[in-house]
Amino acid sequence: MTSEAATIGLTHSGSEDTGLGHRGPESKSIVVPYGFWLFVLSDMVLFSALFATYASLAHATDGGPISNQLFDRNLVAVETIALLLSSFVCGLAMIAAKRANMLWTQGWLFVTGLLGFVFLSIELYEFAKMIGEGAGPQRSAFLSSFFTLVGCHGAHVTCGLLWIGTMMAQIWAKGFRDDIVRRLLCLSIFWHALDIIWVAIFTIVYLIGTLA
Amino acid sequence: MSENRPDASNVAPGQPHDSMFSETLSYVLGLGLALVLTGISFWVASTSALWGPGVAVGLVVLAIAQMGVHLVFFLHINTAPDNTNNVLALAFGVLIVALVIAGSLWIMDHLNQNMMPMHQMMQMQR
Repeated sequence: MTSEAATIGLTHSGSEDTGLGHRGPESKSIVVPYGFWLFVLSDMVLFSALFATYASLAHATDGGPISNQLFDRNLVAVETIALLLSSFVCGLAMIAAKRANMLWTQGWLFVTGLLGFVFLSIELYEFAKMIGEGAGPQRSAFLSSFFTLVGCHGAHVTCGLLWIGTMMAQIWAKGFRDDIVRRLLCLSIFWHALDIIWVAIFTIVYLIGTLA
Repeated sequence: MSENRPDASNVAPGQPHDSMFSETLSYVLGLGLALVLTGISFWVASTSALWGPGVAVGLVVLAIAQMGVHLVFFLHINTAPDNTNNVLALAFGVLIVALVIAGSLWIMDHLNQNMMPMHQMMQMQR
């Protein structure tokens, strides 16, 4: 097989994988996270459509409030730091989980969820304040697209929080079984991806939207 | 898990796969770089020391740089041969995202330019 693979030239050095299926499928610990990675990328494609909508409608304010009057950069800075730290701590949880350390895995996952909750609380406070001021999603096309884009990210974070809680319970009850660890890895991919999307949101919506 | 298979030809995204020290170092480095880039973004947006029209472009560049930091240090997407499939999937995702965003903005900009101003349309409807 090896000489044939070398002739075809599809192989990496030291690998017997010809890319033609001689070795059979990869193990589940590779295939499952890879499939989830494809889902996360398709989720980013979904967000790209929402970003395009927002960018097209950002100036369609219909005489209502404009982004400069609505957004508070200090709040956004706190949100950004909370989500970034949350993503970092999630990484630490993965390091502990790989070594099957129950105490540290649970502890770091709890901190991850806590920071995510801080982020979500600030976001909901901002939404409630805007709606209270009459700048709800029905006020203008700009605000509709804003609530759709940022709200969709917030909904993802909410799902992530539920998922973190579920994973903590599963690790507690079932230990570091292979299938549990795979789910945990998928969760960490999801959580890091949410932070990547937030980078785009705070730059395009909050920073560029409030330039003088 | 993958650490027991040093000859593996694929690695899962987001999977730390080294010693505990180098894994932690990767996350700490990523956090530091991301914090610096975030700080620069907020500074660039609020300072008046820079040329106004360039600020938005600079912010987009900073955001893309920070996304790169997250991909490399948090999701462990890199140029190693066992990462090829992850990188290819990412490249396809980036292509679609770029097409959707650039295409939408291009089309909507032309539509806006060719649209009749609102008060003229109202007069025609009378």
